[in-house]
Amino acid sequence: MAEFTLPKNSVLTEGKTFKAPAGAKNIRRFEVYRWDPDSGENPRIDNYELDMDHCGPMVLDAILKIKNEVDSTLTFRRSCREGVCGSCAMTVNGKNTLACTKAIDSYPDTIKIFPLPHMSVIKDLVPDMTHFFAQYASIKPWIETQTPAPADAERLQSKEDREKLDGLYECVLCACCSTSCPSYWWNSERYLGPAVLLQAYRWLADSRDENTGERLDELEDPFKLYRCHTIMNCTDTCPKGLNPAKAIAETKKLLVQRKLG
Amino acid sequence: MDYRSPLARVRGLGSAKTGTSHWWMQRVTAVALIPLSFSLIIFLDLSLNAPYQETVAWLASPFNTVCIVAWILAVFYHAALGLQVVIEDYIAVEGVKIVAVWAVNLSFLLLALAALIAVFRTLLIG
Repeated sequence: MAEFTLPKNSVLTEGKTFKAPAGAKNIRRFEVYRWDPDSGENPRIDNYELDMDHCGPMVLDAILKIKNEVDSTLTFRRSCREGVCGSCAMTVNGKNTLACTKAIDSYPDTIKIFPLPHMSVIKDLVPDMTHFFAQYASIKPWIETQTPAPADAERLQSKEDREKLDGLYECVLCACCSTSCPSYWWNSERYLGPAVLLQAYRWLADSRDENTGERLDELEDPFKLYRCHTIMNCTDTCPKGLNPAKAIAETKKLLVQRKLG
Repeated sequence: MDYRSPLARVRGLGSAKTGTSHWWMQRVTAVALIPLSFSLIIFLDLSLNAPYQETVAWLASPFNTVCIVAWILAVFYHAALGLQVVIEDYIAVEGVKIVAVWAVNLSFLLLALAALIAVFRTLLIG
């Protein structure tokens, strides 16, 4: 259901300010969303002033600097620090992105860091991804065949067919796109969202998969698929430069082709 | 307390295996409305600016009658399909949603009927 105001316990309050060390010349201010489930308090915005002369270039470097040197209570997910694990997805200055591949210098001034929008927050910048990953599991993201694999060889695929997976296999399931989608905000219980639909199309597009019809059956639903209204926030925000909106459009085309073909 | 697994909640009642026709007909009617709307614009212009008899004479030409009737069918069908999507987007309470979709479909059916009857009455009575 559409929600236009924050529930009472979600309204932000002003938090603490951590000043940069004396003598710092190149100071950048980071405003970070903080929420501690154990405190019973409303979420707050903590302000961290960092000395950029002693900080790495990426937003994740700044967050790590805060964690290591300023405030060890800050909680967030990170792993690979190079855009392949998808853990550090968060909202930076109003746009979902991977903190590890986003340069601090791509923003002009203060940097505001929030958890992914419209997700339950577990703590600070950590959203609850349980439902998102259950949706991913529901599309059976593995090859399905009736033909047994050749005894002594791989399942072959032409170069042209392999190219059809470009722009799909690179998705790291960071959920930046799904959580930027208003349709996903209003109807995430039933709408699969751009990330999962792109993954679903990755298997529809795979020449080795033999279950295309069943996959389309599962997707053909007013809510699972057709809540996509080509808003295009997904494609706009994808930190990997992928195009989930196109993958969804291709899926719709396959469904029409099956009906009218 | 809901002890179902996250996957059970996501899979829910399964796929409805519909939606493609709805989505496709929304596009078909949208494309149809592009040319058809030109005859409506002409008709509205005549209604507002020309003498009554001239307007009726324009409407009585078979081509124009077909265009206006087709516009009426396409526009109300398109509107009903579109508003149903809006309702499904924003109303989560199951009962309210169903009643709202009924109300929209019936309203546009009645409006389409009224518009068609108006066209034919105008043509018959002159």
